[in-house]
Amino acid sequence: MTKVTMTINGKSVSGEVEGRTLLSSFLREDLHLTGTHIGCDTSQCGACVVHVDGKPVKSCTMFAAEADGADVATIEGQANADGSLNVIQAAFQEHHGLQCGFCTPGMVMSAAALLKDNPKPSEAEVREYLEGNICRCTGYHNIVKAIMAASGQDVSAIAAE
Amino acid sequence: MYAFDIERPATVAEAVAALSNEDAQALGGGQTLIPTLKQRLASPEKLVSLTGVAEMKGISSAGGILTVGGGTTHDDVAADGSYKALSELAANIGDPAVRSRGTIGGSIANNDPSACYPAAALGSGATIVTNEREIAADDYFVGMFETALGEGEIITAVKFPIPEKANYQKFVQPASRFALVGVFVAKTADGVRVAVTGASNEGVHRWSAAEEALSKDFSAGALDGLTVSADDLIADLHGSAEYRAHLVSVMTKRAVAAAS
Repeated sequence: MTKVTMTINGKSVSGEVEGRTLLSSFLREDLHLTGTHIGCDTSQCGACVVHVDGKPVKSCTMFAAEADGADVATIEGQANADGSLNVIQAAFQEHHGLQCGFCTPGMVMSAAALLKDNPKPSEAEVREYLEGNICRCTGYHNIVKAIMAASGQDVSAIAAE
Repeated sequence: MYAFDIERPATVAEAVAALSNEDAQALGGGQTLIPTLKQRLASPEKLVSLTGVAEMKGISSAGGILTVGGGTTHDDVAADGSYKALSELAANIGDPAVRSRGTIGGSIANNDPSACYPAAALGSGATIVTNEREIAADDYFVGMFETALGEGEIITAVKFPIPEKANYQKFVQPASRFALVGVFVAKTADGVRVAVTGASNEGVHRWSAAEEALSKDFSAGALDGLTVSADDLIADLHGSAEYRAHLVSVMTKRAVAAAS
């Protein structure tokens, strides 16, 4: 077992992990931060996306030991300080960007990473950025619409198909 | 996964020492190795994570050579832009979360027959720099998942001579986002190099007939009538050997037309 210390959603956290402990397992099983979902466990689906040192990563495809000393952001830290939904989360709600909700944490974290680098993406850029996030309910249209709305762009012309 | 220990050295020297145990395995960005470990297709006693080795990260340019540290992520290469064709290639590997972690050294050490970076290295005539030596790309890529690397040898950097013109065209296999067929074309003062990935059971390779034709006339039309034999090409549910052979010439023409 190895001791790891990292900052998660602004708080310093320590734990004992095995070499093979994935970051996703450490978050969910040791810290009970179960908002990060495991959809496929094969690096395909993106439900487990978190930010490590500001970059989106699949937390099922990184070891907890590799995050030692890192700054990690998960879906649990995304709401505003008063507990209200942040602009991306609120847009997902407003534009029906989720149905079963399983992919949503990863979608929101990927969207946050995109908008940090590219505050006014085109619809095509949003779709391309979501290449590693799979949704099996919505058909993506309302997710794309929600992210466009969260970026402050007019989405009235984007049809909900 | 089987159990293993994990070490995070801070220098190349420490990493080399940690890898001296024959059951130790280097871990780059982990975007291939971690899924492999999950399937229990590998059982190292110890993983030596290279993500903490600062001297292996970063990009520098001098005298027409772009040097990319072995631990540099796809995302950082994509953002660099000083070798446009290389940055464009890196920007289309996997997806954004994969590009945040995956590294050039990891990709080239693994030498997946459908990976993008081997085509850039071979097509550019790059030099693979390890902790022990420098290896020309032409001598480095030995076969599918096979390279000239020895046990415990680490790719510390890849040196790319920046060509006059270059381009990479990838026909994406949409489920894996690997190349069904990818072609990297580079035009240099010494001639043209064409490297093909995704197509052959031998892994990345050069298409010498196309190089010869393009060295005389660098235009897509120079490839008219040139075909690739389907013998020994990869055939799977995503495409037959004949389909891949056809794609090689199509993607080469597109790369020539787009080269800048």
